[in-house]
Amino acid sequence: MDVVVCLKRVPEVAEVDLQVDPTGKRVKTEGLPFVLNDWDSYALEEAVRIKERSGAKVTVVTVGGEEDEEVLRRALALGADQAIRISDPRLQDPDAFAIARVLAQLIKDLPHDLILVGVQAADDGYAQVGPTLAELLGIPHATLVTSLELEGGRARVRRELEAGLEEVLEVELPALFSIQSGINEPRYVSILGIRRVAKKEIKVLGLEALGLEPEGVRPKVLLERLFSPPVGEGAEIITGGVEEVAERVAEIFERGGVI
Amino acid sequence: MSGVMVLVEHRRGEIREITWEMLAKAQELSSSLGVEVQAVLIGRGLSGMAQELRPFCHRVLVAEEEGLEAFNSEPYQQVLGRLIEERRPVLLMIGHTAQGMDLAPSLAAALDLPLATDCYEFGLKDGRLWAHRQMYGGKLSAEVSSEAPTKVVTVRTGSFDPEGLREVGGEVEEIKVRLDPFPWKRFLEYVEAPPGEVDITQAEVIVSVGRGIGGPENLGLAEELARALGGVLACSRPVADKKWLPKDRQVGTSGKTVKPKLYIALGISGAFQHIVGMKQSGLILAINKDPKAPIFQVAHYGIVGDLFQVVPALVAKVRERKGG
Ligand SMILES: Cc1cc2nc3c(=O)[nH]c(=O)nc-3n(C[C@H](O)[C@H](O)[C@H](O)COP(=O)(O)OP(=O)(O)OC[C@H]3O[C@@H](n4cnc5c(N)ncnc54)[C@H](O)[C@@H]3O)c2cc1C
Repeated sequence: MDVVVCLKRVPEVAEVDLQVDPTGKRVKTEGLPFVLNDWDSYALEEAVRIKERSGAKVTVVTVGGEEDEEVLRRALALGADQAIRISDPRLQDPDAFAIARVLAQLIKDLPHDLILVGVQAADDGYAQVGPTLAELLGIPHATLVTSLELEGGRARVRRELEAGLEEVLEVELPALFSIQSGINEPRYVSILGIRRVAKKEIKVLGLEALGLEPEGVRPKVLLERLFSPPVGEGAEIITGGVEEVAERVAEIFERGGVI
Repeated sequence: MSGVMVLVEHRRGEIREITWEMLAKAQELSSSLGVEVQAVLIGRGLSGMAQELRPFCHRVLVAEEEGLEAFNSEPYQQVLGRLIEERRPVLLMIGHTAQGMDLAPSLAAALDLPLATDCYEFGLKDGRLWAHRQMYGGKLSAEVSSEAPTKVVTVRTGSFDPEGLREVGGEVEEIKVRLDPFPWKRFLEYVEAPPGEVDITQAEVIVSVGRGIGGPENLGLAEELARALGGVLACSRPVADKKWLPKDRQVGTSGKTVKPKLYIALGISGAFQHIVGMKQSGLILAINKDPKAPIFQVAHYGIVGDLFQVVPALVAKVRERKGG
């Protein structure tokens, strides 16, 4: 069994005042903490568990710069067997289709029974690369997977629908699954574990090596600009010292009839 | 006549709300562009739904297919592929829902069409699509564009108001597509979420915790506030994913929709999928370190600060008032 997992390194923005850079199309990334995309950490854990159960070979792939190798190292430390990075200056501002296109070009020549990706990336939130990749490879897919069992040449998966409802599907392998958060509990990786794989080779491939023309990865959808989202009325912000703020809120609760 | 196509989303014999929202937007585009609103209805046993849709579209394209009791992206893709090639709509709208997320990317790739996902606003100007979508958990928006003759967008739920739908009195057209077999992916069954111990949808006061709570060891703090207010604990998705609280406490698209008198969000950023489940609460208070957190856009009151300092003080004040 050969498993390929696609990973992305993303900025952690929950507590950050995000700024748009002078191009108007990208965020300023200096000083931002970067992490493995949360959804991908579940996909990676799922692959590692399959390897532990059945001795699968796990290949991890990312499209990005040298700094993005951090997420590949992390995967190697967790037990991935092989890591590949796709990098090319002509992949400057790729859309989801362009990313899927280069991944397809690489993965078509790798043995793959199972391809796992996260449901979406926390930064751009396209939720598009996985199923696009499956289509380009001509294999079936299921998205939003919350449980995955392999039996013979097929997989039985649960997909999350809305409001707690799920559906059960049977899918023939090879197949691609986009993994939803919560499917498992991703384990921690120690600094020591990462250090241990620091010397492991990471293969780096550009468009030529993949046999792709730059035209083939031209974005189909252009990102024109980033802007602050439309604001609603917004909350009335209660300011002051902790005691003062707590007192005001308790008053509001009382007026609102909740105490 | 070219048109704006809307893929009808339905499940277990019922048209889902996103369909009406998309039709409302399609009607708006149709009047400004002078094109038809075309609803595409795929499945089994569709005549009732077709009649329900007909008044609001110029054309309901109905594809009754054997073995399509439930949604399956593979046959859907075949039917839509055929229709798009024949009819060349300027725009195809699909919900950014579990169905749409499974279907739209592979459909667009198969037909070599541009796809903009999760759009909350969009339009066509001289044939060019512009669309607005959120990024970075709702902290920024992006405008994306495409000039291709046919574009696909997936539409965020709740973005358009179906109240404004007008009757345009259209016709139902049956279409016959000879499907290739679709043996790769089979629907087996639906599974309902098991009922939880506590039904958060019935609570008048909800104290909801997000990733900002830091770990299960800190839940006691939120619990105390909930107890002081006679409320229950709920959470955002990551908290349920990490099993700090059971899944049945999760608020949002893939969890519960709640409308308590008071909803307190502790350390929740306010991603769209969370907000959908709580924005109709009577009074919303958000406590968050980050002044730019999107949750402050839906909250009535906000405290920018560390929940570990604010919550204990608040518990004390609430107890004081109750005792006094
Ligand atoms: C298909 C799909 C379905 C989904 N369904 C749901 C759903 O049903 N419900 C849901 O909630 N999400 C859902 N999500 C996930 C959603 O997109 C977000 O990832 C999630 O809501 C983020 O949760 P959070 O706000 O707790 O975490 P974060 O976004 O990480 O936010 C944590 C917040 O805590 C604040 N914070 C940190 N420390 C403190 C402190 N000491 N004091 C005060 N504030 C602090 C930070 O400033 C930050 O704003 C879904 C996603 C997908 C793709």
